[in-house]
Amino acid sequence: MIAENSERRVVSVIVVNEASVLSRITNLFSGRGYNITSLTVAPIPDSKYSRLTIVTSGSVRVIEQITKQLHKLIPVLKVYEHADLVEKEMALVKFPITENVSDINAICEAYNGKIVNVGNDVIITMVADEPKRVDHYLEAIKRYNPKEIVRSGAVALER
Amino acid sequence: MQISGAQMVIEAFIAEGVDTVFGYPGGAIMNVYDEIYKQDGFKHILNRHEQASIHAAEGYAKASGKVGVAMITSGPGFTNAVTGLADAYMDSIPLVVISGQVPMSLIGTDGFQEIDAVGISRPCTKHNYLVTDAADLPRILKEAFYIANSGRPGPVHVDIPKDVTAQIAEFNYDIELDLETYKPHTRGNPRQIKKAMEAIANAKRPLFYLGGGIVNSNAAYEVRDLVHATQIPAVETFMARGVLAHDDALLISMLGMHGSYAANMAMSETDLVIALGARFDDRVTGKLSEFAKNADVIHVDIDPASISKLVNADYPIVGDVKNVVIQMLELTSQIDPDKYESWRDTINNFDELHPLTFHEDEERLKPQWVVKRVGELLGDSANISTDVGQHQMWAAQFYPFSRPRQWISSGGLGTMGFGFPAAIGVKAACPDKTSINFTGDGSILMNCQELMTAVEQKLPVINIILNNNFLGMVRQWQTLFYDKRHSETDLSAQPDFVKLSEAFGGIGYRVHTKEEFDAALKDAVEKNVVAFIEVIVARFENVMPMVPSGGSLFNMMLLEKKETK
Repeated sequence: MIAENSERRVVSVIVVNEASVLSRITNLFSGRGYNITSLTVAPIPDSKYSRLTIVTSGSVRVIEQITKQLHKLIPVLKVYEHADLVEKEMALVKFPITENVSDINAICEAYNGKIVNVGNDVIITMVADEPKRVDHYLEAIKRYNPKEIVRSGAVALER
Repeated sequence: MQISGAQMVIEAFIAEGVDTVFGYPGGAIMNVYDEIYKQDGFKHILNRHEQASIHAAEGYAKASGKVGVAMITSGPGFTNAVTGLADAYMDSIPLVVISGQVPMSLIGTDGFQEIDAVGISRPCTKHNYLVTDAADLPRILKEAFYIANSGRPGPVHVDIPKDVTAQIAEFNYDIELDLETYKPHTRGNPRQIKKAMEAIANAKRPLFYLGGGIVNSNAAYEVRDLVHATQIPAVETFMARGVLAHDDALLISMLGMHGSYAANMAMSETDLVIALGARFDDRVTGKLSEFAKNADVIHVDIDPASISKLVNADYPIVGDVKNVVIQMLELTSQIDPDKYESWRDTINNFDELHPLTFHEDEERLKPQWVVKRVGELLGDSANISTDVGQHQMWAAQFYPFSRPRQWISSGGLGTMGFGFPAAIGVKAACPDKTSINFTGDGSILMNCQELMTAVEQKLPVINIILNNNFLGMVRQWQTLFYDKRHSETDLSAQPDFVKLSEAFGGIGYRVHTKEEFDAALKDAVEKNVVAFIEVIVARFENVMPMVPSGGSLFNMMLLEKKETK
């Protein structure tokens, strides 16, 4: 890994919602040995398109090249390389019910979240915040012995 | 009308004006071959290997300017074709390649001759399709031809399961394509073009850098007009040979790793590079940080991803090179052609100092002489294909090209075995021209089964084998950079090339002297049959001049001056 020029980048891609389009896109990253940190896809309402949000890191030059190659793919409508954006990510965490539930709830609220499910043995919390703040949240709840953590990957919109 | 998927393929080919299809049948594509049997709208040429079918379609496409079409079966048929797809992708050759696939119900079950064909072809095609419903076929086939031959051309692969070729559905080819996400730029931005022309007018030492995109966009004659109107000297890439005629006073020569001294020095000294349909390949630029170091760059290309990919463009112009050059031609009045006279003189001095040449040898034929001699004897009347290696570079350096599409060679991928099948495709496209394939004793064995195709189809390709009993280009690098350790490049064990050709029904010649060569070539052209002319050439001849890999263009290894006896 060449670390010195490596930069975190968020790229959004609008694509025709059809079979194989995801592998066309991820091929451009894997063919260059680049890792995708996170990737989210969902259909855009009332259209034949889907929106992908890709978080990756790499040299500016290579990411620019990948962006241009993304444009070249036939099913790609638009590519946005974000500079000024609103970025959010969701995390679900499962805790043993024996942990201090009111503490956990208070921390969740500080990170724009709440308890979303209570079972016999476990509770599940949800937070939605900037990816950096989700990191902080996951750090903060470590002492409550989280059993399972799932992150959604970032979604982003330009301001 | 209601027809089967297989019939749709035939109908679409006829509607697209396809006259020749190269291919090889097999289980999964049999329904389509059954329809080929019944029709007489186009000719099918049976190659003896699927790789050769794709190369033949490439040769056909490059020589004719039309989309090349090939057809293969699933599994090994398809995987054999992958090298050809990759070759066409690298050199931007428009192809539509149809492959059979196992029936839909067997996909994903490790069925007999099953392979994930679209998964494999994805990174080596411009676009690909897996057809899951015959009702989609008319649109997909129409899109395939359109995508292959528009924008930056390239191969499009259509994979059709066997049950889809049997399925009956409505066929209507008279449809408007609605490709919202694919709209290639064709006209350049007029303001950018104006700024570029001002930069040319202000430059002291401008240089045209002509690339293969000019051939693809059929812009060679407009480019000739632009070069002549401005009197600015020009270098050609390997892929652009023939854009300017060999005797054009403004053509310096080819540049790059085996380019001429004058071309590479001109590129190193210019203050304005005018790149037309060229992509700054590493074999052209050498060390990037030293490439055209003091120059601004105008870069005209239809592919936005090519612009500023390797060398930053000060004047990027996205557009079809033909349209852009026509737009540029309207603005040439501000350019004073006399201004560049001393620049032209400088370049001529470079050329006089180290001309592109070679030393004759009294005992052994020199491969460069053979290329030059073919040029003298056949010149414009021949189309020139090549395989890959030393012979390819000598052909690019020494053949007197006079027109675009005369030169057919595997540039980007460098595929040994390309030449002979490509030359078959070239002959099918241009029956009135002699089809020559310059090849080496290494390359020719990689697709020599095509002797059978050429003989059967009466496509008289003349293969000139420059035989040095070496895998020559690798041997040259071993000599120069690996302290003469010639690892696995000695090809002394060889077939009898004369008998090999004869075994398939062609003719063969083995020549050692100039007189023998002249006689053999004349005889082969006259007899108009498939031929091998094996020319025994000097074994240790190197391709010179040479920019060592990663070196700067101005730092060339040059032909040693001949000792005077």
